[in-house]
Amino acid sequence: MSRLSVKLPGLDLKNPIMPASGCFGFGDEYSKYYDLSILGSIMVKATTLEKRLGNPAPRVAETPSGMLNAIGLQNPGLETVMTNQLPSLEKYDLPIIANVAGSSEEEYVAVCKKIGDAPNVKAIELNISCPNVKEGGIAFGTSAEVAASLTRAVKKVAKVPVYIKLSPNVTNIVPIAKAVEEAGADGITMINTLLGMRIDLKTRKPILANGTGGLSGPGIKPVAIRMINEVTRAVGIPVIGMGGVSTVDDVIEMFLAGASAVAVGTMNFTDPFICPKLIEELPNRMDELGIKSIEELIKEVKESR
Amino acid sequence: MKQEMMVMTKQVEIAENIFELTLQGKLVQEMNQPGQFIHIRVPRSDLLLRRPISLANISKENETCQIIYRAEGEGTKVLSQLEEGTKIDCLGPLGNGFNIEEVVENDVVFLVGGGIGVPPLYELGKKLAEKKAKIIFMHGFANKNAIFYEKEFSDLGVLMLATDDGSYGYKGHTGDLMNKALKVHPNPKAIYACGPSGLLKSVEMTFPNHPHVYLSMEERMACGIGACYACVCPSKKDPTVNKKVCDEGPVFKSGEVII
Repeated sequence: MSRLSVKLPGLDLKNPIMPASGCFGFGDEYSKYYDLSILGSIMVKATTLEKRLGNPAPRVAETPSGMLNAIGLQNPGLETVMTNQLPSLEKYDLPIIANVAGSSEEEYVAVCKKIGDAPNVKAIELNISCPNVKEGGIAFGTSAEVAASLTRAVKKVAKVPVYIKLSPNVTNIVPIAKAVEEAGADGITMINTLLGMRIDLKTRKPILANGTGGLSGPGIKPVAIRMINEVTRAVGIPVIGMGGVSTVDDVIEMFLAGASAVAVGTMNFTDPFICPKLIEELPNRMDELGIKSIEELIKEVKESR
Repeated sequence: MKQEMMVMTKQVEIAENIFELTLQGKLVQEMNQPGQFIHIRVPRSDLLLRRPISLANISKENETCQIIYRAEGEGTKVLSQLEEGTKIDCLGPLGNGFNIEEVVENDVVFLVGGGIGVPPLYELGKKLAEKKAKIIFMHGFANKNAIFYEKEFSDLGVLMLATDDGSYGYKGHTGDLMNKALKVHPNPKAIYACGPSGLLKSVEMTFPNHPHVYLSMEERMACGIGACYACVCPSKKDPTVNKKVCDEGPVFKSGEVII
């Protein structure tokens, strides 16, 4: 075991850094610029049963230290993802986390049943927290009962461990985390984006064509840290932390909050080489802070509570 | 695409709120196609998204390039206040530029630009002038104070100017300039356009069946390399398909996307 490696349900990660879903396409786009094998994993773009066109443009707007997006889960659909996108990542030494979205329980179940057949898909990230689609997404993630029922249904058919991606757009995230754990979830990923809006002063209309969008970037990091801390104190299953990570110190702060691996989202857009840079910088910063290994750090945080 | 800290060697206000910024660096050696853009990180940490700005002029000998932008939003205002010598994080070159393969010596070509869509037509004009094409530039601006590069474009071909308020050149828009030019040159070999969507639509309508019409699109972007799916426009042939402006464009052939 190297000092950066982490073992999670279904995932033997050579390091704890992975691009977050929706911020890395299906991987191909970045494979032109660096060897994807250096990454711990990739959480690929959300896959739905049928192809989705997504929302009209404009789909992004800048905010202080962040951005709003309303992409709307554009993706080529399960069949194409299985025949084109996932096989093209097989040449890399890389366990893939497949993000699954749907507008009904049946759709989630159908995608989850099939997507684990891809040999490189080692885990599913169940997207019950996308704020940018009318049906599905967040509607499944804001009620503990609905989230638990969906988790149970998916766990019956999934061939790989299932991580549930939680939404921060709730009054209390802890009961939802506990409910999905009880329903059999293997892990949790958090946080998805915070629902937000910006208005153009000249047109007096929302900047995003969708009206509202999901807020991400360094501006949301304190919210993510607080929620990861709350959830990891309440559940026993591992949490992959994300939300505003942009520096190696942010990565370590996520671990101190209770995370067991860290995903990088919006910063991939600002700096396409952010993930390789963080992986390279991590050992030095660990030395400076007296951290022997990531696994040890995770254990220490858990025991200190 | 490469990432480089390019050095800002010069900045000049060339029209009201319009700035010409010169960048120096090895990245220039990668810049081969007019119409491509660079993605610039504004050096202020709260401004997270890069700014896509088209390349107006490329000089491989000096390893310099020029971008021309309007200081309008927060990011471009910060850019306009940078001092010479500042290092700027640039990604590029990005996107597909204008196709000039079919143009040969003495061909008449129309280059139609509107406002801050005009800059990439300068590098394009230079490349077409090297091919000894006969270039007619048709540029529309809001008013006299917004006009830039009048001499530079005139040195490459014929420059027709229009202003919305009539304060300089023809009073009207570039659609009228195209109609005027067509009376003299009824069969241009290729038409290239960059500007607001109204201008691009008028070019498309003026040349509905022309095989060589190229339109440069603009859309809000995040990554600039095709990963975030933000800057999409629907395909005209198949409305169930979205094209990404950043890496399938920004230049599209007329009829390829819905403007």
